Amino acid sequence: MTNSWTDIRNTDLVLIMGGNAAEAHPCGFKWVTEAMQHRKAKLVVVDPRFTRSAAVADTYAPIRVGTDIAFLGGVINYLLSKDAIHHDYVKANTDASFLVKEGFAYDNGFFTGYNEATRSYNKASWGYQMGDDGFIKVDPTLQDPQCVFQQLKKHYSRYTPELVSRITGTPQDQFLKVAEMIASTAKADRVMTIMYALGWTQHSVGSQNIRTMAMIQLLLGNMGRPGGGVNALRGHANVQGITDMNAYTEVLSGYMLAPLDADIDRATYLAARTPKALRPNQMNFPQNFPKWHTSLMKAYYGKAASAENDFRYDWLPRRDRQYDVLTMFDMMFNGQMHGFLCQGFNPLAAVPNKAKLTVGLSKLKFLVVMDPLESETSEFWKNFGPLNDVDPKSIRTEVFRLPTTCVAEETGSFTNSSRVISWKEKAVDPPGESKPDSEIMARLFMKLRGLYAKNGGTMAEPVAALHWPYVRPEVPSSQELLREINGYAVTDVLAPADPKNPDAPRAVLVKAGEQMPNFALLQADGSTACGNWIYAGCWTQAGNMTARRDTSDPTGLGVYPNWGFAWPANRRILYNRASADASGKPWNPAQPYLVWNGSAWGGADIPDMRPNAKPEEGVGAFIMNPEGVARLHAVGMAEGPFPEHYEPFESPIGVNLMCPNNPKAVSNPAARVFKDDWASLGKKDKFPYAATTYRLTEHQHFWTKHSRSNAVVQPAPFVEIGEELAKEKGIRHGDMVRVRSNRGQVVAACVVTKRIKALMVDGKPIHHVGIPIHWGFKGVTQNGYLANALTPFLGDANSQTPEFKAFLVDIEKA
Amino acid sequence: MASLQSLAIAARSATTTASPSIRQSPPIAKLIDESKCIGCKACQVACMNWNDLRDEVGHNDGVYDNPRDLTPASWTVMKFFEVEPKQGSLEWLIRKDGCMHCEDPGCLKACPSPGAIVKYANGIVDFISENCIGCGYCVKGCPFDVPRISEADNKAYKCTLCSDRVSVGLEPACVKTCPTGAIGYGTKADMVAYAEKRVGELKERGFQNAGLYNPQGVGGTHVMYVLKHADRPELEDLPKDPTISPMVSLWKGIAKPLAVAGMVGAAVVGFFHYMKVGPVEEVANADDVPDPPGLPGNGTTRPVSNDQGNRHG
Repeated sequence: MTNSWTDIRNTDLVLIMGGNAAEAHPCGFKWVTEAMQHRKAKLVVVDPRFTRSAAVADTYAPIRVGTDIAFLGGVINYLLSKDAIHHDYVKANTDASFLVKEGFAYDNGFFTGYNEATRSYNKASWGYQMGDDGFIKVDPTLQDPQCVFQQLKKHYSRYTPELVSRITGTPQDQFLKVAEMIASTAKADRVMTIMYALGWTQHSVGSQNIRTMAMIQLLLGNMGRPGGGVNALRGHANVQGITDMNAYTEVLSGYMLAPLDADIDRATYLAARTPKALRPNQMNFPQNFPKWHTSLMKAYYGKAASAENDFRYDWLPRRDRQYDVLTMFDMMFNGQMHGFLCQGFNPLAAVPNKAKLTVGLSKLKFLVVMDPLESETSEFWKNFGPLNDVDPKSIRTEVFRLPTTCVAEETGSFTNSSRVISWKEKAVDPPGESKPDSEIMARLFMKLRGLYAKNGGTMAEPVAALHWPYVRPEVPSSQELLREINGYAVTDVLAPADPKNPDAPRAVLVKAGEQMPNFALLQADGSTACGNWIYAGCWTQAGNMTARRDTSDPTGLGVYPNWGFAWPANRRILYNRASADASGKPWNPAQPYLVWNGSAWGGADIPDMRPNAKPEEGVGAFIMNPEGVARLHAVGMAEGPFPEHYEPFESPIGVNLMCPNNPKAVSNPAARVFKDDWASLGKKDKFPYAATTYRLTEHQHFWTKHSRSNAVVQPAPFVEIGEELAKEKGIRHGDMVRVRSNRGQVVAACVVTKRIKALMVDGKPIHHVGIPIHWGFKGVTQNGYLANALTPFLGDANSQTPEFKAFLVDIEKA
Repeated sequence: MASLQSLAIAARSATTTASPSIRQSPPIAKLIDESKCIGCKACQVACMNWNDLRDEVGHNDGVYDNPRDLTPASWTVMKFFEVEPKQGSLEWLIRKDGCMHCEDPGCLKACPSPGAIVKYANGIVDFISENCIGCGYCVKGCPFDVPRISEADNKAYKCTLCSDRVSVGLEPACVKTCPTGAIGYGTKADMVAYAEKRVGELKERGFQNAGLYNPQGVGGTHVMYVLKHADRPELEDLPKDPTISPMVSLWKGIAKPLAVAGMVGAAVVGFFHYMKVGPVEEVANADDVPDPPGLPGNGTTRPVSNDQGNRHG
């Protein structure tokens, strides 16, 4: 979330799209009900199904799965054509005035630079025109046809309400009603929040779904303001913490891009990630990248990392290719992976195309599953009749199960969607021989280190040198780990030398051995160590900031500054400089957040701005961008700088109505599809119905099927269809049905509902089939098929998040 | 709930002696605001956890409702209604079903077993399980079809409004757990006042027929709803104007006094018979339970005692 759960109560309009907050985040949803009651906020829900969120909404509009960009692109067109944008905000906080390169264009499904063979873009023609002064060229009048604003207008003028309705199936009047409500927040005294979740991320255009919304929020002037923002609702209690801590291959801790093969040495690596300011006077905060990275290397390797040996950059793995979750399982499928350590992860249920996964897992030599519960993955080799019809005799994989503790059985921290890190104490002892994940990993590491010391091996040196300062090396405590993540001074951290008197003794800012107070004092010279720069400040010399439980809220704006610790720097709303106008006055005087008091920034929150940056200096609010403003035109995206509608890879209409005569741009032209998986995709002639998977409020993923209370209130698998389709197929309430995709099938009871209606898409009715995911063949609920028997093995072009939300099926009475 | 010592009891089933009432207690109420309910069933889970009950793991019958209905081990369940109050305007109404805790409880009135059903001064109607004889009269007496007889022990069970929690100053478990603030709890006066505020807010939001469900046919209830369509409670399977079955009223109001008179007469006759003939059998000191018309019973007539339990009749 750019804002926080508690901030939602400050909003005037809640848009729930690409998520179902009432269903999946019932506790956080309380802030929606607060806003609705106490601020008279309106709630709008856009979803293929009339959801639990829709049940309490003011306005609901249906939409076909996988067409959110068409809908939101239509909203952008509506805002621009009705001039319902927050002009002063857009001018101050976006790249609207920046000039785009002359060669940039979009034509019939492709942006310039597309390479069909590699399914990727050469982005040379994208991006801004640079002036001779090293800064981006601008046209403050926004009239130049090359300026981002004019380019944006041109691009989205194609998204007419008529075409939006033909693509999305949203009736035009309902689309226009939602667009009008959204547009109402362009006024300076009104603000909208958007709450989304996996309903936007789990698409082949997932990242662009979210970007389109971010662009709308920028045009409306709703970023950085109380009650605004783009708010990702995270699923697991600590999934935010997992992403922050780099539990995937693309980044190091704190979202530092991990080294690639081309980054042959430290200097090359740092130079490529340490930008120069692209507009005058900008903070360009990533210029500090070397400090964060060096401090991380010191946390990894301690004394072994020094300036003389380039802080052991050579010990870091450099990626030769992507190693996302789909790549891992594709490698496994192709016999290129021999062992798999599966920690807190049930991939058989949580990665698409169960049939492919089973083949992959069966080719492993060994599989280690660390989990508190018996997961389907750990029993992938066992025959459970039609639910898991495998032949154990033919599977040679050796499976080890290491029982871990559950959340209440260990002390540590959680990071929630609001980026708030909260400390928790162990409540009960774990059962049997189960151990915390950290202890299992530590014991494994100590054992390996011993074996390396004795027998040697590939890259033995970093294994021996890894900084392992824990009092009990086999049982690092959560306290020790969080202190290390926060960071500490390795040697005294000195103030910068006084240019007038360079020989004078420099003041000591942080003494050797002390905890770092924040990330601002991290150094690139090896004097500081920090396990994750964005967490710096969470455990200072004053103690564990994440354990704070002060419920006071001095401004009444839901900031709660002394409850836990929010990264970064205990800031509760990101980009909060944008809550004030160019002169430093709040856009909405009734809801002042950050204000310039004549000499400094202050207010309800920690300023996301240099505290003494005078408004007239024009320092932009988006300090993590070297241009200082937010990007409506973003070259970082794989499939284009402006989001464009592409159909899901399995489309119920088989054509992209934005470019109907380009069969190569039906679906995201830059999304990766593995060679073997093209054949696994189904077509609308055999699989005519649009399917989507989702969660139910009664369950948490595949865990609570092990809990009796949850099993009682939602005991058995089901799928949902509308009454029209049910009638067509002769299916009645509670009948058992078989749902098939080109990859597999599930059999479950059928919920026939008025809440899913056929949508008129390009003149033809399109039916949806809804498939909740929570059942499997382990647990105390009724057993069921894993929904992932159906889902396609491909993902978003940027993040590779699988397309669980839009695919094709057929359905019949079982 | 099993027996609970209380100094604030307003009424007891089939009991002649005065109830302990030395302690003052204001009437309380639970208010369920349908417009804030998302049907998450956290209240169901809180209820089963607080009361340490686990129902059977059932099946899916084509609806979200699970368990399908109230059972001896599920004292509250969410009921989901897909309705179109106006043509083409779909609403998904979700109602937390359970005991309404009537001011004039039909179950208590119908109950023949002394002290098996009590009404506390705060308005909570509670089943005192060890006194329950499993006759099922409470089921017939309830205008909301709430009590359920367990096949395991032949006792009637229903929501206690967490009388054990309330008696020590805690809110009911469902109230405590509700994530959206859809379930309120306080004095009945406060809850009625808050409900009126919410009704006003809902009317502003376009629900012209929003209203408070606090049916007067049973003297009002200590569990109330704010309904979006209070003019049509039947949309959610709620009786529009619930009253206690006339059979129960007939029995308690007319038939029972007549029967009592008849039996007093019989006793008088018996007394003279005794004076004249002498003892032939020992008379148990038990309450009289004549069959109310239309209700099942064993039909036996036992010696009568002075029954003041008909004051609600």
